[in-house]
Amino acid sequence: MKLKVNSKETEAKDGCTIAELASQLALPERGVAIAVNNKMIPRTEWNERILQPNDSLVVIKAACGG
Amino acid sequence: MKKLIIAGQEFDSRLFLGTGKFHSNTTMEEAILASGCEMVTVAMKRIELDDKEDDMLKHIIHPHIRLLPNTSGVRTAEEAVFAAQMAREAFGTNWLKLEIHPDPRYLLPDSTETLKATEELVKLGFVVLPYCQADPTLCKRLEEAGAATVMPLAAPIGTNKGLQTRDFLRIIIEQSSVPVVVDAGIGAPSHAAEAMEMGADACLVNTAIAVARNPVEMATAFKEAVIAGRRAYEAGLGIVGQNLIASASSPLTSFLD
Repeated sequence: MKLKVNSKETEAKDGCTIAELASQLALPERGVAIAVNNKMIPRTEWNERILQPNDSLVVIKAACGG
Repeated sequence: MKKLIIAGQEFDSRLFLGTGKFHSNTTMEEAILASGCEMVTVAMKRIELDDKEDDMLKHIIHPHIRLLPNTSGVRTAEEAVFAAQMAREAFGTNWLKLEIHPDPRYLLPDSTETLKATEELVKLGFVVLPYCQADPTLCKRLEEAGAATVMPLAAPIGTNKGLQTRDFLRIIIEQSSVPVVVDAGIGAPSHAAEAMEMGADACLVNTAIAVARNPVEMATAFKEAVIAGRRAYEAGLGIVGQNLIASASSPLTSFLD
């Protein structure tokens, strides 16, 4: 299925969970947060939350800043 | 020196560091450690999927350092609440430097949205440290809304212009019941020392250290300036004379006659 990750079209297997997507994208272990359709999903829910086709994800990480 | 207390948390250092603009993460880490600071800001950005850059977090995570995520990049209170929730998840802290500056040219904080966001975020359990205009009335409103500190600007971000808002900072310091952290525009250790002598509770410095020829030495200079300024404040500065007439500090009795 197709997803949008940070506005970029991304392919993931049907029924993919957020945890599986995080693994597929090789996201860092820490300092990362994910929102699905503008709602932040806690890491504790990543294993259960199944993504739907055309879901739009925002994935952020730490950056330098004042 | 008295310890700084924010939301019940004690700090020995009254200098906070920003992590932007350093030419390398290694230099940033060395500067953070040299500064003796116990709180550093961290921003957030969208991950690029083919991103292979260095993990900046490994350079700022130390046992004595608290992370202070900021909301830089948001333009409204609604966006700030979303960013705050992302930050709490990413960094495991409910402390937040709230900054809402919709205008990229001057980066001046939007007071209306900052107050609105502070009210909402406090209700959601965040420890909110809002970056704000040096507006004494606004600072009282933020305090009433539950802000843990106020962080009025000395001058626009990154300008190194020093305490352009000096007179308003004095009023804010006089009136505030929460710690006053002077943020933005501090460009030299003397600026930080002056803010501390005035009674500011802490200073947040980024650009002045990050872009110095030797950031680590500059971090040390700021550390010493903040300590000197605070010590002077606690020791009680002498009264500034109102005219040009001198006041002798040595006996005026003649001894050559």
